[in-house]
Amino acid sequence: MAIEQDEIEKIAELARIRIDADHIGDVTRRITDILHMVDQLQAADTRDVEPMANPLDATQPLRADEVTESNRREAFQAIAPAVENGLYLVPKVIE
Amino acid sequence: MHQISVAQLAKGLRDKQFSSTELTRHFLDRIASLDSRYNSYITVSESAAMAAAEAADRQLAAGDAAALTGIPIAHKDIFCTDGLRTSCGSRMLDNFVPPYDATVIQRFKRDGAVLLGKTNMDEFAMGSSNESSFYGPATNPWDRERVPGGSSGGSAAAVAARLAPAATGTDTGGSIRQPAAFCGITGLKPTYGRVSRLGMIAFASSLDQAGPMARSAQDCALLLNTMAGHDPLDSTSAAVATEDYTAALDNSLEGLRIGLPREYFGEGLDAATGAAVDAALKELTAQGARLVEISLPHSHLTVPAYYVIAPAEASTNLSRFDGVRYGHRCEDPVDLHDLYTRTREEGFGDEVKRRILVGTYALSAGYYDAYYKKAQQVRRLIKQDFLDCFEQVDVIAGPTTPGPAFRLGEKSDDPIAMYLEDVYTLAVNLAGLPGMSVPAGFVRGTPVGLQLIGRHFDESRLLNIAHRYQQVTDWHVQEPPEIAEGAA
Repeated sequence: MAIEQDEIEKIAELARIRIDADHIGDVTRRITDILHMVDQLQAADTRDVEPMANPLDATQPLRADEVTESNRREAFQAIAPAVENGLYLVPKVIE
Repeated sequence: MHQISVAQLAKGLRDKQFSSTELTRHFLDRIASLDSRYNSYITVSESAAMAAAEAADRQLAAGDAAALTGIPIAHKDIFCTDGLRTSCGSRMLDNFVPPYDATVIQRFKRDGAVLLGKTNMDEFAMGSSNESSFYGPATNPWDRERVPGGSSGGSAAAVAARLAPAATGTDTGGSIRQPAAFCGITGLKPTYGRVSRLGMIAFASSLDQAGPMARSAQDCALLLNTMAGHDPLDSTSAAVATEDYTAALDNSLEGLRIGLPREYFGEGLDAATGAAVDAALKELTAQGARLVEISLPHSHLTVPAYYVIAPAEASTNLSRFDGVRYGHRCEDPVDLHDLYTRTREEGFGDEVKRRILVGTYALSAGYYDAYYKKAQQVRRLIKQDFLDCFEQVDVIAGPTTPGPAFRLGEKSDDPIAMYLEDVYTLAVNLAGLPGMSVPAGFVRGTPVGLQLIGRHFDESRLLNIAHRYQQVTDWHVQEPPEIAEGAA
């Protein structure tokens, strides 16, 4: 399946990755190559085949709703780029 | 001390031939003097390693040592280590110091192993050559013009260059087995869920699995004894009992049925590599094993299915790197959108970005059924091929890779050529099976591997076959010429 440059721009926006205007053509070409390769899948007969999400077909285990972890906010925030009063700082979102 | 196995080192420590402090110092000195050639470590943990070695010596003196007490081990830089930088080979995590240990790391610490340092790898484990690392590629100790393989290339190079007795790796599509083959060491990818993924930075969650990389099957078994087991903190960890993986090493191979998938011996396989694999199979039949031709009819769909599923899961997993809570953040973001998009532009390398974009595309509205659902259906067909074969045979064998290590730069500009390097290893991850690479000889001076694939949770049988093979061959104890000569 061919992919146009404006579609790559849309996907990059969804993925929140900025792509330099100088690189977008190259990125588009390489992703087209990859999608062309994976298009071989379309020839496979998969009628009545259940999709497989987990190699062991395992299901999500449940546990009792009990507190098992201690609060480690200070340790976690010590490695953050910007924090203040226990909050993570980002650029202003609401004017 | 760098020339002997983990099993021999453990005996030497118990017999007081040397202390863990001496052993650890020896490896740290080797790393300091030699690793500029191999770039196999990203971070060396000198002071913590020496402190752990002293603690191990006290345990050894007190007589309450475990099998790995005092043994220095290198860990792939994908396992979170409390207080020690864990980069995952990425600029995104160049400044990331985890506040906790991965379960794998905890288990090695519990058993008294000494953490030497963190090894080089392809960025976020995406690659087959170690060339996508933010820290530059590791090199192959057999030929420094060639790649060590990837993504666990640093671990493989470190073990091959005798800069660690053994190491850990992770394998999402071949990332333990392929570098093990290229560097002439033994590597095991266990069954999906056998080893905890907690604290192992996620690439593709339904494929990722950690395993040992060492010189011999016996050493891999010793490491797996520490690594394997259910972890209630990893919901995908298998609640299946472990065993002593050294117990069956010496079992007879009499009557063993080895399946040879014709798809793994056809077009695309380098002739000399195929001949090395044939010779290895002959050694196994000499011990009573029987060869059975089998077919994995969906093999041609393995690479396409993998390159939908793995990028799709990666695009989801890597959405967590947002420049807010940890890791890289761009300078002076003008708004939140700029913070996200520029942080991710700067923090990720080209291959990681490509996979995120492919995965985002495959999961996006209108394309989900054609790509992701289709790939998951094909995944079931691929797994079923293996289950059908295991009705007739006990184990499957073939080459680990299509040929020996390629040159640095040879494929780094051609993603699809790089993807095809893993053509024989990817299906094992899609099916969740255990797979192993065992040194099987040399092609034009660099090593190649025999791949063994087992039934789910049949690691002991793979280790048994590899061990028996290593009793009658010496490929696994050979050292790269510049290491053996002591010139390096």
